[in-house]
Amino acid sequence: MTKQHANWSPYDNNGGTCVAIAGSDYCVIAADTRMSTGYSILTRDYSKIHKLADKAVLSSSGFQADVKALQKVLKSRHLVYQHQHNKQMSCPAMAQLLSNTLYFKRFFPYYAFNVLGGLDEQGKGCVFTYDAVGSYEKVGYSAQGSGSTLIMPFLDNQLKSPSPLLLPAQDAITPLSEPEAVDLVKTVFASATERDIYTGDKLEIMILKADGIRTEVMELRKD
Amino acid sequence: MFRNQYDTDVTTWSPTGRLFQVEYAMEAVKQGSAAIGLRSRSHVVLACVNKAQSELSSHQKKIFKVDDHIGVAIAGLTADGRVLSRYMRSEAINHSFTYESPLPVGRLVVHLADKAQVCTQRSWKRPYGVGLLVGGLDESGAHLYYNCPSGNYFEYQAFAIGSRSQAAKTYLERRFESFADSSREDLIKDAILAVRETLQGETLKSSLCTVSVLGVGEPFHFLDQETIQNVIDTFEKVADEEEGEGEAEPAAPAEEGGDGTGDQDVAPMET
Repeated sequence: MTKQHANWSPYDNNGGTCVAIAGSDYCVIAADTRMSTGYSILTRDYSKIHKLADKAVLSSSGFQADVKALQKVLKSRHLVYQHQHNKQMSCPAMAQLLSNTLYFKRFFPYYAFNVLGGLDEQGKGCVFTYDAVGSYEKVGYSAQGSGSTLIMPFLDNQLKSPSPLLLPAQDAITPLSEPEAVDLVKTVFASATERDIYTGDKLEIMILKADGIRTEVMELRKD
Repeated sequence: MFRNQYDTDVTTWSPTGRLFQVEYAMEAVKQGSAAIGLRSRSHVVLACVNKAQSELSSHQKKIFKVDDHIGVAIAGLTADGRVLSRYMRSEAINHSFTYESPLPVGRLVVHLADKAQVCTQRSWKRPYGVGLLVGGLDESGAHLYYNCPSGNYFEYQAFAIGSRSQAAKTYLERRFESFADSSREDLIKDAILAVRETLQGETLKSSLCTVSVLGVGEPFHFLDQETIQNVIDTFEKVADEEEGEGEAEPAAPAEEGGDGTGDQDVAPMET
């Protein structure tokens, strides 16, 4: 007798793509606004970007119900931190918290593919990229979600710093200026929208700088 | 008369139907430095006296933020107060998480009161030795509650707890009927004036008191020293001017010299 498999899954993939790029004094976090299930569209207007702290913004693709639950947990934990330390969490601190929170559910994971962007304690941009169970790395740029396989090779082509074996050690921060980075993001999303059916509708871009957060919205193909 | 026989245990009643350990806990509240709360229809102000252990140390924190819409001022065993504040914060966060809305103040004080009651009915526990003035804003308006170590709680328009709080209460009793419609600024002024009453003669300085405000469109926050000093200056100056007019001429320069705003040719120590 062949093994019985579950005919119900606790997970679903709502699709979408998230990208973040770190600059010398800014960080760009972007995501499309399409939410899908199977071959259908649930909504064309869903934000996948969520501000966790003044200097830390999370963007997640995957199963949005799990993403929502994850955001709520992080928000509560951040409040506890603020009560105890009388200040907001820094981006690197939030990065570690996110990793721990994800690994906490190692045996029933949050189906969330996260990119955390923000400014570090020195005011430089930082991007952290995750897998579903909390393995993370500080990088200069990252893409996650259904369009990531289309976007990441192009970002590598445009932004990848020389080999880490090079001395002196190169920082994982792009030399691009902020308008150039925003333009690059718009370009990659326009391309990903062409070939990935789960990416499209609108592009939401958040630009984090020391003086605050700015949001831009751009239309994408709706097919 | 019987107090000493029936006061060892919190689980022992006295023949007159009292729990002395609970009453002793309420005494601890009276020993702490003063804390004052007042509310209007839209705002709640919590103020307290900063008492430091010695000249070398800093003063203890007596007002805590529980959430954007709730603050608490304590008097008594500050350690107990700190622990209870942590409990209140966690209740507020859990409620927010589950219901995606701010915890109504009335619910919070009931949780707090129930927690205090447990300590009055377990032989291996002692009552919390702290009184809490919980001020908050929810859909039904601005509220001020007082939670006792006994597990009782009461709602107030204005209240004062801790040492020399009776002086503040007398002041508040005279003025409380106007509080409901008070402006935010008047409410703060009344709070600081009430604090002044507890100081009984000591000059009121902004370093001696901590004031916090919350209200409609205004999350809980502390007022900075400068703002408090400005409010103090408004009524201290008025008091000085009144005294200056009332006294005879020779006394006036000495008054103003001390003030610093008057005759600048006269050195402070000279008459």
